Amino acid sequence: MVKFLAQRVILSLFVVLAVTLIVAFAIRLTGDPALMLTQGAGSITEADLARIRAALGLNQPFFVQYANFLKGFITLDLGKSFLGGTPVATLVGKALPATLLLALSSLALSIILSIPLGIAAAVKKGKWADQAIRVLSLLGLSFPNFWLAMMMVLLFSITLRWLPPSGMEGILSFIMPTLTMGIILTATNVRLVRTTMLETLQSQFVMVARAKGLSERVVLYKHALRNGAIPLITYFGLQFGGLLGGIVVVERVFNWPGMGTLAFDAVAARDYPVLQSVICILSLLIVGVNLLVDIAYGIVDPRIRRD
Amino acid sequence: MSAWSSSLRARFKTFEFMVGSVLVGGIVLLVLASYFLYPDGGETIDLGKRLLKPFVDASHIFGTDSLGRDILARLVVGGRISLLVGSLSVAGAVVIGTLMGLVSGYYRGFWDALVMRFADIQLALPFILMAITFLAIIGGGLVNTIVLLVVSQWVQYARLVRGSVLTLREREFILSARAIGVRTRGILFVHLLPNLTGPLIVLMTLNVANNILLESSLTFLGLGVDPTIPSWGGMLADGRTYLQNAWWTSVFPGLALLLTVLGLNLLGDWLRDSLDPTSGASK
Repeated sequence: MVKFLAQRVILSLFVVLAVTLIVAFAIRLTGDPALMLTQGAGSITEADLARIRAALGLNQPFFVQYANFLKGFITLDLGKSFLGGTPVATLVGKALPATLLLALSSLALSIILSIPLGIAAAVKKGKWADQAIRVLSLLGLSFPNFWLAMMMVLLFSITLRWLPPSGMEGILSFIMPTLTMGIILTATNVRLVRTTMLETLQSQFVMVARAKGLSERVVLYKHALRNGAIPLITYFGLQFGGLLGGIVVVERVFNWPGMGTLAFDAVAARDYPVLQSVICILSLLIVGVNLLVDIAYGIVDPRIRRD
Repeated sequence: MSAWSSSLRARFKTFEFMVGSVLVGGIVLLVLASYFLYPDGGETIDLGKRLLKPFVDASHIFGTDSLGRDILARLVVGGRISLLVGSLSVAGAVVIGTLMGLVSGYYRGFWDALVMRFADIQLALPFILMAITFLAIIGGGLVNTIVLLVVSQWVQYARLVRGSVLTLREREFILSARAIGVRTRGILFVHLLPNLTGPLIVLMTLNVANNILLESSLTFLGLGVDPTIPSWGGMLADGRTYLQNAWWTSVFPGLALLLTVLGLNLLGDWLRDSLDPTSGASK
């Protein structure tokens, strides 16, 4: 178990290091932020530019800049935005909860929808209900998430005027972003629930439960689902990365004040410290969640550890 | 499984195949025909007919966009980008990934460890996040988008091929081929590769669909294909500005995307069942 844990942790650390290094290196290739900042400012001399670069720490060798960034990252000092000098930690502190709230609400919605649907498909295997759920799931997988978001705005905000089209203010503003991501996530999850349930429904403890005369509801939800829950939690955990990637795109449609919006504004302004922090924090989160899922799975199911 | 439900499943498989091939075939034909149907490439601007409603003017059946360009023409022409990106990115990834997977699965050792650790790193990160960073840096455009998709996806094929090679390389037919003196290259390409085509084709079909979606997302965000070239993602980015007063500028390009991707997904699902009879019942 110790060896398994150590392997997982080392691999995860390695991934995070690789990502931060690649991002830091690549971002330096984008262009000179000193020039960007002074665009249209009129009489700017080379000496002025050099002073700006020195103030932003851009005159140091790349590896010194990278080491400083890593040091700051570990001590939670993420530097300051090139624009306006707001600490990056403050910006991220506002954006990260917005993105995570959306991720959690979407995940919750998809679990609420996909578990009963997936169980229904497994129980009615090969019947009409199963085929209908299968086609619906394929349809859901084919939706471009940003277009689904736009169509919701068109229906609920522009035509019906029920919901606010953008921003994060109040509970109503969560409905459309959550529905968009939740529906698309459900399309994948339904299949996972169905496959898992088909496997568990064949096990002997389910037959015993049925033989004891327990009601079908108790058999399905108490006996079969609980045993299928372990692989399901793993699948749901592994989706976290894809979910965040999707949210970043959908945030754009809803002007959601999250990490995606922050990243795009940073891309447009060549705001290195912000972009670097956003990408690194999201990667760290994804790698962290995957690591937790791996460890939890290893604890619950000892067979995994041997691999 | 009763006779009734198995025939129901068979009927659904036929349904999947029919709808999938009609959608994909129809769209491919239309896009190919676009060179004859719309020699102007959907670029004709008519400022007198800006944001024309659909189903009103017979020459602009799906209406016009903010510059008076025909939506239908741009839809058909824009399909070129989707099909081009979808097919080229998958072709590139499958060639590189298959070679890497064959070599690392057959020879094992250091090379194998290196490729697989690299794959672990890539699979740990969502494509969109990395794509946003890199396209923002190296600049968007058709070629960069395709290269990025290839670079991010070859690992999927490498993993699939490596896994199958690991189980196949100890089987009798490979051992006997080696025993009668077939060279390594012959074993890899003549004996191993043909056994992998089934799962490869399924993954390729689903990835064409996936890559069409990814390209349109990136172009929608302004990071993918040049916005002056007609593409579905680009039309949707434009349509978003006019969502309030011209729904048709965003409804039709999205439908085109949805139907193309749905067609490919239906075909992929059908292929998976047809090539692997055991998966239909359990997966």
